[in-house]
Amino acid sequence: MSAMRKLPDSHPTGRLRPPSYAIAGLAGTSFKHAHLPAILAEGTRDGFFEVHAENYMGAGGPPHHALEQIRRDYPLSLHGVAMSIGGPQPLDRNHLERFRALAERYEPAVVSEHLAWSTHETTYFNDLLPLPYTEATLSRVSEHVDEVQQAIRRPILLENPSTYVVFRESAMSEMDFIRGIVQRTGCGLLLDLNNVFVSATNHGYSALDYLSDFPMEHVGEIHLAGHAEQVDDEGDRLLIDSHDGPVADAVWKLFEIVVSRSGPIPTLVEWDSNIPDWPVLKAEAGAAQQILDRHATPVTSGKVHARR
Amino acid sequence: MLVDERIGRRDGGRLSFAVAFSPALLDPQSETPAAVTGPNEKAAVRRYNVYRNNVTVSLIDALAAIFPATQRITGVEFFRAMARFHVRATPPTSPLLFDYGRDFPGFIERYEYARSMPWLADVARIERAWLDAYHAADMDTLRPEALASIPPERLSDVFFVPHPATRIVCSEFPAVSIFVPNRSEGPVDPIVAVAPQDALITRPGLEVVVRHLPPGGAIFLACLISGRTLGQAVSAAFEASTAFDLPANIAGMIEAGVFTAIDSGDP
Repeated sequence: MSAMRKLPDSHPTGRLRPPSYAIAGLAGTSFKHAHLPAILAEGTRDGFFEVHAENYMGAGGPPHHALEQIRRDYPLSLHGVAMSIGGPQPLDRNHLERFRALAERYEPAVVSEHLAWSTHETTYFNDLLPLPYTEATLSRVSEHVDEVQQAIRRPILLENPSTYVVFRESAMSEMDFIRGIVQRTGCGLLLDLNNVFVSATNHGYSALDYLSDFPMEHVGEIHLAGHAEQVDDEGDRLLIDSHDGPVADAVWKLFEIVVSRSGPIPTLVEWDSNIPDWPVLKAEAGAAQQILDRHATPVTSGKVHARR
Repeated sequence: MLVDERIGRRDGGRLSFAVAFSPALLDPQSETPAAVTGPNEKAAVRRYNVYRNNVTVSLIDALAAIFPATQRITGVEFFRAMARFHVRATPPTSPLLFDYGRDFPGFIERYEYARSMPWLADVARIERAWLDAYHAADMDTLRPEALASIPPERLSDVFFVPHPATRIVCSEFPAVSIFVPNRSEGPVDPIVAVAPQDALITRPGLEVVVRHLPPGGAIFLACLISGRTLGQAVSAAFEASTAFDLPANIAGMIEAGVFTAIDSGDP
């Protein structure tokens, strides 16, 4: 949770709009515009919402109107999907400026991006593409993370990827790569448990082993999501990070294990296509909240001990 | 730094992975890049195809979201086949997908299988303009009193400041009459209009409004939007159509929220 505590004051004026409550220990959901009337109708509750930054990079109109209403009542997580941090080419300065302006305008509780790339030369592929894990890519990605953090004047959380292939030139494990970025940039991590399960299945390793090695002390948010299933060339199970259905049982189990070990880290249920009615998505967040609440006590007492 | 160097093409290959990985994403004829593999030397054909599929399908979905009336007219299968060609030929160049599809109406116009629907491209142009209006900056619209406060002898010299949402789409077809029912949820009755229709797209509040402009209206507004005076715009409109109705057009443009302010031309 150190990533959460590290956030410096990016608003020297001290102007913080309500709500001022923290997202520690809370479950949230993706915010989908179609859910706005239902969310407003039921009144304020605990929780938080996450938005894809790119959807709010227009000048005005209904998207900003909706997000302002959400931000008035709830903490916000600003989740970038198109910075192409994992790519070799320089970050798009215009995009970085738009991202900075959004972070300034909406004062999100957390800001995150992906260990992936999506733009090559001038083409935007609209997918989170994989990268080799080498000293050269580690340096480049760390420079990019630094650049984003300098622009928004606060640390970001970097999300572990879901992948389907490996690069022949990779020379280190994903874990060493992620640890390397954290060490060089001071960024926090967004632990996507669906991605862990998808990648572990696709690459034939143990999700639990991966999680045992994961630097949990830097995790500021957890993602849960649904996945789809295909087969690879050998006829083995190949999982697709589709965000189009409920969280899988196996991912809920990983979540229980992680929360029992590391305490109630803010957790978000992602659902990006085949979007259900609000009560269905809300119920998924409710299920996550129950698990967080069950493991709330040990961490609270831990904090008390730490203060003594 | 040279572009090639920045994207890793000339650094001895240490950062050339995107150069190797990218080209086949939008080219189904290309082989799986040799730079990738499955774990433990498993094959990577289907695995790489996941990325191919994600890229292509998500971009087709993006076009379907921007052009829903176009899709409703053609049917989903036709639309997606047409969109697939366009996505492969003209992928987005911006990470903002709401900016995508600006070349799609022109593509539709040239698309062989859409020739029986010559009005389809104009419907798509209205939809593209609709999304621009949706995301445009929020600004107040011109109040009727603002015009009334100008002395009559100065009226022909004033300029109007266009609202950021305002768009005009001229069509040789009844594009608005085709667009409106196909963009709504309800059933589409047979479309009886045959006369050409120019569309005015505005967003005076939060809701985008598409109107059908009266004769001469498009040229009148286009002149004002491009910074010509009211007098010049009126002349151009009368030249385009003897049926041009000035009071009705001025009332209409104020009600639609085409402009945000008057510039009286004073220094």
